[in-house]
Parts: sequence; C-alpha cells; structure tokens
Amino acid sequence: MAAPSIAQVWDWLAEVPDPEIPVLSLTDLGIIRDVAWQDDTLVVKVTPTYSGCPATSIINLDIETALRGHGIDKLRLERQMSPPWTTDWITPEGRDKLRGYGIAPPVDGTAADGVLAGRIARLGGHNLTIACPRCGSTNTEKISQFGSTPCKASYRCKDCLEPFDYFKCL
Amino acid sequence: MPSLPDMNTPEVAELARMQGAHAHPPVPAPDAGEQALFECLLRIGDSTLVLGHRVSEWCGHSPALEEDIALANVALDLIGQTQNWLALAAEVEGQDRSADDLAYLRDAWDFRNLLLVERPNGDFGHTLMRQFLFDAWHHEFLKGAAASTDPRVAEIAAKAAKEVAYHLERTSDLIVRLGDGTAESHRRMAAAVEALWSYTGEMFLADAKDAEIAARGILPDPASLREPWLATVGAVFAEATLALPDSAFAHKGGKQGIHTEHLGYILAEMQFLQRAYPGASW
Repeated sequence: MAAPSIAQVWDWLAEVPDPEIPVLSLTDLGIIRDVAWQDDTLVVKVTPTYSGCPATSIINLDIETALRGHGIDKLRLERQMSPPWTTDWITPEGRDKLRGYGIAPPVDGTAADGVLAGRIARLGGHNLTIACPRCGSTNTEKISQFGSTPCKASYRCKDCLEPFDYFKCL
Repeated sequence: MPSLPDMNTPEVAELARMQGAHAHPPVPAPDAGEQALFECLLRIGDSTLVLGHRVSEWCGHSPALEEDIALANVALDLIGQTQNWLALAAEVEGQDRSADDLAYLRDAWDFRNLLLVERPNGDFGHTLMRQFLFDAWHHEFLKGAAASTDPRVAEIAAKAAKEVAYHLERTSDLIVRLGDGTAESHRRMAAAVEALWSYTGEMFLADAKDAEIAARGILPDPASLREPWLATVGAVFAEATLALPDSAFAHKGGKQGIHTEHLGYILAEMQFLQRAYPGASW
C-alpha cells in the first residue's frame, strides 16, 4: 500500500474531535503543529493547550486510534512545547462552531498579561465585551476567570439571563 | 530473662549500613554544573507541586461554586507546570528517574520548595493572600525564565507565564475586593498579610546554586525579582487598603531542604498511594 499523503493525514485529523469540546476538531483547535513522514514512520507533532490540561493524554490516544484505524502502523507522536499554543490558532470555522455550541469564542489580543492590564482595564471601566452566544447581546458580565475547564471563563448574559462559557484568550 | 541485644555489635551496624544503602542506592554524582541546575529546577518544580497540592485541598470546600472551580483550575495549572519542571529536572539528573518518581518517592528533606507554599490553607482569605504573594513572584520569575539561555527552560516558562498571568489577575482582583470589602474581610486579609509576610523573603534570597544558574543566564537572579514583585504587591495593597509591612525578617531553608512540619503531612497524603502500592497506575 502506498503511504497516504500528508494532505490526506491532515484531513483525517480534521475528523478527530477534541474530547472536552467535541464540536471542535483537533485541527480547528490548532494543536496539530506538524505532520511529516520520516522514512516509513508518520510523525505528528502536538502542542498542549494548557500545561495541566487533563485532555492531553486522551487527545494523543484519539489521534493514535484514528490514524491506526486508517491503516497507519508506524506512528510517532511528539510533544512540541514551543511556540506555546495560543487561541489565535483556533480557525475561523472553529470559532463559528464554538459559538453554535454555546461557547463564546476568544477575543484575540485580550490575553491576560498579569496584574496591571486587568486592573487598568477595570479601573477605566473597560471590561472586555463578550457577546452572548445565545442571544448575541453584549450586555454580559464575567462571573469567574475560571470556568468548567482551564481554557474557559464563566459569563452571564444580563439580557437573556443565561450563563455561558467564554473560551478565554491565551 | 534474655538481655536486650547490644546495639553496637558489628552485625547490627552492618544491618543499619545495608538498610541505609537500600534506602539510598549509591549513584554516581552528576557534575557540579548539572547538580546546580537540578537543584534549581527542583526549587521551582517542588514549589508548584506543593502549592498545587495545597490549593487542591479546597476542592469541594470553597465558599462559592465559582471559587471552587477557579481554585481547582489553578491547582491543575500548577500541577501541569510541575510535570514539565520535574521531567526536565529528572532529565538533567540523568539517573533514570521520572517526574513521578521525584514527586512521589522523595522524602521531605529532599524537597526544595519555598516555605511559603507549604503554609496551611487557613481561611479563604489566607489562601488567596498566599496565592497572590506567590503569583506576583511567579509571574516575574517566569518572565525571566522565558528568556533563559537553556531552550528547555525557556519553553516551559513561556507556556506557564501565560497561565500565571490569569492567576495573578484573579488574585489581584480578589485581594482588592476583600481587602477593601467589609470590616470583617479587611480584618482577615490584614491578618493574612501579617501571618505570611515573613515567608516571602525567601523568594529573593540566592545561595551559591542560584548564583551559578543566574550567572549562566538559565534562571533569573532571585534578588532581581524583589523590586518588580514589591511594585505589584504595593500597588494592589494600596488599592486594597492593606498596609505593606516594613519588616525584612525572612524565614528560610526550604530551598535547601529544611522545612516546617507541615510539609511532612502534605507528603503523607500526596504520596500515600505510591508508597503503599508501589508502581500503581491508572
């Protein structure tokens, strides 16, 4: 059997869902950093989202299961730490899928940079404007910096009154 | 009536020697440079490990659901960072130990964490104050470490720095809210400052190992972090209506393996499973 093309492998990886947010694929999330053949071995480089993300080992298992299911026997997964993952790598399609799933997508360029940015924003009344993924209202408020997973914050819509997750910028 | 055995017989001495050898199998000493790096990696990795464990003790006990989730998330970040630091420490040591071996199979005197992180949780305000004092230091430390001459250190730090920026924003927020809150919340936050301040000085004290690693550009010089740390803490305390203590007294010893009694209790809980069922895995 001829080795599958790299483009084919990317297509297969695009069908592997993220275990925590299954509406997103691993390629939507931007955590597959490289796919290459090294002689007869397929090497897939994966970057972790958060250092302690418990989904990391499940993600590796899912990649392995999917690619072996497509007949790839010689496979090596490598962890690539640098450059560190950023939510900027979530694809535009991924952002639409998040919104449709009820999670507000990250607002680029708003990652925390420590105490001063947050305090200055708060003092100036410039709270980050996050649109409710259900009704679209921007009349929302942050409940907590940390939500149901490390990558999300908890928000509440003051118009439709529904709580929702915000995929925070990293 | 049989007499008690003479504890100084050669047999007993030999037995003790063998037991000692069993507990600490002789290993070839790594060269001095690698030894200093190993120690300094334990200092950061053990600090995030012990604090991560301490914070996880809140799981299911926080005053509000959102805070419970936030604390668990912070603990998770810290444990994830620990995995990276201790895996690198193990690699540098070169004795075939894993990050898990280092976390679960060392005793208190081999831990190199700051004394601050082993302080008991106390009330919620006390836990937040400990976290804030650590976060403000951690953030500066990681910014320095992200520019390390050792790319392995730089990539771990660059990743962790993004996470810790969120930790620091959260604790800064809450210190202000509680310090400048009710009379009762202010009283508790002020008491936490008083109880914890003397454990902060250790973060900025360098010994010969720190100095060597800083001179090689691998990790920032601890003393260089004091000024930016104090600027952050001072700004937040001012907004929180909390007084900045002027005492420079510092408890120290954690980075050299001399700990308070609290660490033993943490390890007893954290290491129980691997001690009772060696090699157990999921």
